[in-house]
Amino acid sequence: MASLDRVKVLVLGDSGVGKSSLVHLLCQNQVLGNPSWTVGCSVDVRVHDYKEGTPEEKTYYIELWDVGGSVGSASSVKSTRAVFYNSVNGIILVHDLTNKKSSQNLYRWSMEALNKDSSPTGVIVSNGDYDREQFAENPVPLLLIGTKYDQIPENKRNDVLTRTAFLSEDFNAEEINLVIEKRYFTRDPSQVRICPDYGSLCGTET
Amino acid sequence: MSFFVDSVIMFTSQVLFFGFGWLFFMRQLFKDYEVRQYVVQVVFSVTFAFSCTMFELIIFEILGALSSTSRYFHWKLNLYVILLVLIFVVPFYIGYFVVSNIRLLQRQRLLFACVVWFTFMYFFWKLGDPFPILSPKHGILSIEQLISRVGVIGVTLMALLSGFGAVNCPYTYMSYFLRNVTDSDILALERRLLQTMDMIVSKKKRIAMTRRQMYQRGEDQNKQAGIWGMIKSVTSSTSGSENLSLIQQEVVALEELSRQLFLETVDLQATKERIEYSKTFQGKYFNFLGYFFSIYCVWKIFMATINIVFDRVGKTDPVTRGIEITVNYLGIQFDVKFWSQHISFILVGIIIVTSIRGLLITLTKFFYAISSSKSSNVIVLVLAQIMGMYFVSSVLLMRMSMPLEYRTIVTEVLGELQFNFYHRWFDVIFLVIHKSSIDPDDAISVLEPCQFSWTTHLQGPNQMTFLSLLNPQEESEALSLRLGKDNHSRFWPSHLI
Repeated sequence: MASLDRVKVLVLGDSGVGKSSLVHLLCQNQVLGNPSWTVGCSVDVRVHDYKEGTPEEKTYYIELWDVGGSVGSASSVKSTRAVFYNSVNGIILVHDLTNKKSSQNLYRWSMEALNKDSSPTGVIVSNGDYDREQFAENPVPLLLIGTKYDQIPENKRNDVLTRTAFLSEDFNAEEINLVIEKRYFTRDPSQVRICPDYGSLCGTET
Repeated sequence: MSFFVDSVIMFTSQVLFFGFGWLFFMRQLFKDYEVRQYVVQVVFSVTFAFSCTMFELIIFEILGALSSTSRYFHWKLNLYVILLVLIFVVPFYIGYFVVSNIRLLQRQRLLFACVVWFTFMYFFWKLGDPFPILSPKHGILSIEQLISRVGVIGVTLMALLSGFGAVNCPYTYMSYFLRNVTDSDILALERRLLQTMDMIVSKKKRIAMTRRQMYQRGEDQNKQAGIWGMIKSVTSSTSGSENLSLIQQEVVALEELSRQLFLETVDLQATKERIEYSKTFQGKYFNFLGYFFSIYCVWKIFMATINIVFDRVGKTDPVTRGIEITVNYLGIQFDVKFWSQHISFILVGIIIVTSIRGLLITLTKFFYAISSSKSSNVIVLVLAQIMGMYFVSSVLLMRMSMPLEYRTIVTEVLGELQFNFYHRWFDVIFLVIHKSSIDPDDAISVLEPCQFSWTTHLQGPNQMTFLSLLNPQEESEALSLRLGKDNHSRFWPSHLI
């Protein structure tokens, strides 16, 4: 069991966007019934068959490290968080589609994770200007996930989708908009069902 | 004519304050959230603007600017508006937003908001009963009734915050209290944290793999017919699921351990930064001031005790007493009237500025610590309410610091309030708080953000400039981490995330 290869993926994003719910969903195939504030870092593991059905099929452990906190935290918290960023194979950036600021903060999150954080503390909202070159030689793949799509009123959905399209272009990342639908999953922990098209959602393969 | 000019001046200054409140709200409080309900921002800025106007009127009173009739008129107007906002508007909106957050009551929001407001009014009214507030000759909705109640709440708040500030200040600013933290301590803790995380990961891998194997076996077994299949599944999977629950319990314990280690590491890092800061010039300056300030806090506690024990209320204000002392004992002759006006202006100005700044800093810290995207509206409104009540009562208490001739307008407008009562009440609460927070570690660490009022200008790295206020993140983050770490605490219901 321990001889399987491991893949470490960070899940980053602002407070309250739904990272813990997302990780729970991916790993336990269940909706998280009582979300609570993540202190420090919480890890969960998913067993994944890479290239399932082909001769090169290989099983991996995907570790999802869900790091809590906000991007404007004190430097003591940031330097403690940096402990979790070692030897990372991939980064999932989560933002809340109902909250524009969480999308803007994603730039700072990615900078922090890739150890290129040079912005002074106490700076107010950035307008999204940043340097694409910094991500050009970046070997770590990024995945952007937008949550809470169902909480946006119908008439604003198109605007939101356009905005997120620009965002993912900036990052040169793949994008998924995730809606937690009750009909696929149950909240009863003793009953676990696997949704058939589930395997396609976890697409951090390189 | 002069009335018109005065009104224009007042109105301009109010617009300025409104703009400042708006900017503060947008850039500091709500910098991580999207403002969806503009009414919250408007209410907050209006409360701030009218509170600042009250202070401005006091300053004008001392300086003698504007004619006295127009000052009186504006005082009355201001007071009515601010009472209206504090008692009718803000509580109603708080009730409305709280009700909107609860899904069950969504349909009849307005109705439930009114119910909440009536409950608030009932308790607000009952508040006045045990206190010797005023004589029975005034009617029910008179201004004195309302102000007296608001005053009680506000003075309690001020005393609470001053009390904590007095105890906390020496602890924070003097390096005497700083533990010695070396880099190797931090590294050792970080290593332990990572080891714990690795253990959690390996246990979770076992759980995941066991589950996967159980499903694969489970699917095979479901192909067997009815009864045999059931019996076999019972006998062969019990050991598997028992194992699982054991490992899951271990994982829960390890996760709790990792949280504790994380918080300890954050603490050590923060202490290390404070040590580094204390070696700089700024740090040394504040350390030095910290000694003076501790002496001031001790003196203040002493005076509060004496005031209560000997049932004494100071009759003269510090400015006049200071001048008397200089004239009588030191024999320096100068124009008393002229100087008393200027000195009291400066003193009152300093008190006002530091209290506004202190209030804004503390509000920001609390807001960062407590709020989330769902509850941010409610919390901002609660903070606006606290701010309004605090400012009204600081006007009441400030009366003590002004010489006699300037107290008239405050006394005139606010009617026959028993001012002495408020001073006595302030002293009592101040002492109670001090006695109850003698245990330094626990109480102070939980209530760190409550440094306030008199001690605010020593906030150290949080120097205020006009547009970019400050970075109070560190202490609010420490508070939020501590409060959040107990996941079963009743202060964090799950929908407030």
